[in-house]
Amino acid sequence: MKNSCSFGWLALFALGLVLPLLVHNDYSLTVMSTAYIFALATVGLNLITGYTGQFNLAHGGFMAIGAYTVGILTVDHGVPFWAAFALSGVVCVVLGFFVGILSLRLRGNYFSIFTLCVGYIIFLVIEKWDSLTHGVVGIIGINAPPGIGPITFDSPRSLYYLTLAFLALGMWLMHRIVDSLLGHTFVAIRNSENLAQALGIDLMSNKLLAFLISTFYAGIAGGLYAGFVRFLGPDLASIDHTFDMTMYVVVGGIGTLAGPLIGALAVPWITQYLQFMQDYRFLVFGPLLIVLLIFLPNGLVGLYISARRRLSDAHVRAASRGDGHA
Amino acid sequence: MVDLFLQQVLNGLTLGGVYSLVALGLTVVYGIMAVPNFAHGAFYMVGAFAAFYLTSRFGLNYWAAMAAALAMLAERLVFRPLRNAPGLSPMIAAIGLMLFLQAGAQALWGTDFQRMSPPWPGVIEWSGVIAPIQWLLIIGGAFGLVLQLFLHHTATGATILAVAQNREGAALMGIDPRKVGMLTFGISGALAAVAAALYAPINLIYPAMGQIVILSLRPQGLFALEARTS
Repeated sequence: MKNSCSFGWLALFALGLVLPLLVHNDYSLTVMSTAYIFALATVGLNLITGYTGQFNLAHGGFMAIGAYTVGILTVDHGVPFWAAFALSGVVCVVLGFFVGILSLRLRGNYFSIFTLCVGYIIFLVIEKWDSLTHGVVGIIGINAPPGIGPITFDSPRSLYYLTLAFLALGMWLMHRIVDSLLGHTFVAIRNSENLAQALGIDLMSNKLLAFLISTFYAGIAGGLYAGFVRFLGPDLASIDHTFDMTMYVVVGGIGTLAGPLIGALAVPWITQYLQFMQDYRFLVFGPLLIVLLIFLPNGLVGLYISARRRLSDAHVRAASRGDGHA
Repeated sequence: MVDLFLQQVLNGLTLGGVYSLVALGLTVVYGIMAVPNFAHGAFYMVGAFAAFYLTSRFGLNYWAAMAAALAMLAERLVFRPLRNAPGLSPMIAAIGLMLFLQAGAQALWGTDFQRMSPPWPGVIEWSGVIAPIQWLLIIGGAFGLVLQLFLHHTATGATILAVAQNREGAALMGIDPRKVGMLTFGISGALAAVAAALYAPINLIYPAMGQIVILSLRPQGLFALEARTS
């Protein structure tokens, strides 16, 4: 079971590695790289929303903060890309700390609404603070990530591998967190805050830790986004991105390791086929989200798990029938 | 100077009157059904568009009923099946509903800003202060009062309060919580539509209009409901 699981992950990673050899147009690689960047942010969102049960609506805002950290530092202050990139996560965590100690005092819906407002404030600050963020004009001309040693990042293919590497690293780290005692602590908080508290779990510090790790993921994903797209506008902080990422989590399977990854990779591809609908794609995705929540609350991963269980049940039943005959 | 001050106070009160109607609708649903209805802003938007098209094209005045029916449909199709789902699900479903309604309004009516001619007569000027929209204040206040009277002094209102206090207890007393749920959503949708139709003539109608209202209202709405349900 354990082996088949890690085999699946390795197969997925290998598929990611050979994809540029199979696909020869740069467009697909760009779509895929963007999907990887948002997948990284979504994996972070899943930690606070899926595992810890605190529905965070400021995630897109934190991603924008990470991206703007890289954009402002490299373009306006001439800081080397990788130094700025390393700072993007740190800045998010520092800001996230102050947001977290305030917002996490609230429970349930109140937390969501507070973070909804925080996300909106981040958007407004980015849009209005012209002297720092260039306002609605956005930040233009961010340098591509400079090469490390012999590896350079000047082609879509090498950028693809860069994003894939960070996604793989992020997934591995998340796997280590989720399977540790800390991860189980988060799940305990999700299942019942009162019970967790009775077991001696400090709610505030654990929730804050989950929140900070998720903002760190958002910041790093934002930094990658800045280096990959090389143009930033305040739209990145708009609530739509947070809703998109929430949708990825729900489609894939909330509170599972593979869920946000599958959702974040599958939905953009479906969107590609719905390209002709442009802004109307939510005519399809809105109801789809609701239908999924009602009939498949655990997303695609839940579908897979229940299908496998049914299969193994069928095997057991077949085996017992066979015994009866014999 | 005094004129300006009075004008601003009046404008603020008018806007407050409209917002309080929207907040009332939001609060009713949250307080009674415990559903944080992110789609309420979208109901407000649909109400405005319905008012705009039905009154300008057909001269009909059934827009409030239409938005109420929409809200009831949403309750039946979306929120009732998620009644026993974990708290996150209805919230995300409400977001899905909101995105759907916004995209639907865009597809049906386009992203353009629309202007609606006011259905009430003339501008009222009183010692330099222009009060073109003072009706809003009165109507807003009246709806709040009527809702209060309805909840506290009619049998139907009492069933709603009973379900808000204790769903199982109310069910044991022979109240059908599902009917109350639909009624609550209907009231909420109608309130949103009335607010939208009142506000539309002094502002513009566009598919994203609900988002702004909902962002500014959410905190007040939710803190107010604590008092309402207790």
